[in-house]
Amino acid sequence: MIRVDIRAKSFGDTPVLGPVAFEVAKGETVAILGPSGIGKTTLLRIVAGLDDRFEGTVERPGRIAMVFQEPTLLPWRSVLQNLTLVHPGLTRRAARDMLARVGIGDKAHAFPGQLSLGQQRRLALARAFAGHPELLIMDEPFVSLDPATAETMLALTERLIAEERPATLFVTHSRAEAERLGTRILDLAGRPAILSPAQGQDI
Amino acid sequence: MLGRLAVPAISLSGLLLLWIIAAALTADPQILPQPFALVGPWLAEIRSGALPHHLGQTLVRVIWAFCLAMSLGLILGLLMGRFERLNRWLDPWLVVFLNLPALVLIVLCYLWIGLNETAAIVAVTLNKVPNVTVTIREGARALSADLDAMARVYRMSGWARLRHVLLPQLAPFVAAAARGGVAVIWKIVLVVEFLGRSNGIGFKIHLYFQLFDVGMVLIYALSFIVVMLAVEWLILQPWERRARRWRTA
Repeated sequence: MIRVDIRAKSFGDTPVLGPVAFEVAKGETVAILGPSGIGKTTLLRIVAGLDDRFEGTVERPGRIAMVFQEPTLLPWRSVLQNLTLVHPGLTRRAARDMLARVGIGDKAHAFPGQLSLGQQRRLALARAFAGHPELLIMDEPFVSLDPATAETMLALTERLIAEERPATLFVTHSRAEAERLGTRILDLAGRPAILSPAQGQDI
Repeated sequence: MLGRLAVPAISLSGLLLLWIIAAALTADPQILPQPFALVGPWLAEIRSGALPHHLGQTLVRVIWAFCLAMSLGLILGLLMGRFERLNRWLDPWLVVFLNLPALVLIVLCYLWIGLNETAAIVAVTLNKVPNVTVTIREGARALSADLDAMARVYRMSGWARLRHVLLPQLAPFVAAAARGGVAVIWKIVLVVEFLGRSNGIGFKIHLYFQLFDVGMVLIYALSFIVVMLAVEWLILQPWERRARRWRTA
């Protein structure tokens, strides 16, 4: 369970977020929908604990995973090491299993630069799920993918979420993606941005 | 494979050829002896143990100064690159030390610390730290904010972050600093020895300078250059190739 209660967030004198409060239960996927530049990434960084300069409180569990807009891998370490170095508790066997689950089981000893962009995203997903996260945060993970790849990635993400059942918070500007993955959709709009409906609607 | 060994070999032969021609044109072994005329005295210096002894002394000073300058420069550069406030305070110092002539630092160290080994190594280290700092600072400024966020979200340990996230990003800058560092440090070590030590290559060069013995000056200088070439080819370059493997794979 995560509980977010942000009263205000501003960069300098520019208010970015107004009062934003919501909860995400275990196994629930909350999609935050809003146009580019509205403050979605700012909100995610606050929830992830990357930005603590805001007014309000965030309760989050210990095991957090994040999938960024870019794959954000360690290009100087092998595919397998990208899992084992980030999760020291992960055995090599478990890491290989995880790679197989996302469909890049044969790439364990390649460097990320040798993978296609789609495969790099799969690795980023494998890294997120390898730690069995209690909270999964995804920042427009399917942006800049061609429709076919986006569809495969979406299906893969859907399956992994169903298997691991973390509390998932996911932002996108695509309503189709939000409706596909989300159990609940929150719209972020306005300046400073606030949520509507305040506690989200069930689909 | 051929290119990696053949090109430096041919290139160095060219330099040797240039020397032979220059020596032939000079036609005065007092000014510039032929390279083959140096082989005999060179072997004699090795057999007597004088060359290995002085070479070893210089090498120890180079290693000390190199390790100290690289560690201090790495720490300072990282801090100054990451913390803009600290950078604003320390940058003027850096400019002062960057522009302080090596000779001034050496003389002051000898005057203040005394004519001893500590002064020699401190003088060389202080000469090199600013250059390393400037290079590493550039690297620290270019560190990826995305990877930093990733490491924080996944709660990677400080050591893992340093070893697998920070240092690989800094590797090209560390390599550049190390490469420039070794070359500059051994030259400054020579000056330090020239001015105030009673052993080392610089001391011997000082001695043979006073005797106007060009041949022996060349023998001592070239012997150390051979050692530095070996360091470059056997240590620095293989390490760099290994560190760059992911780029070329």
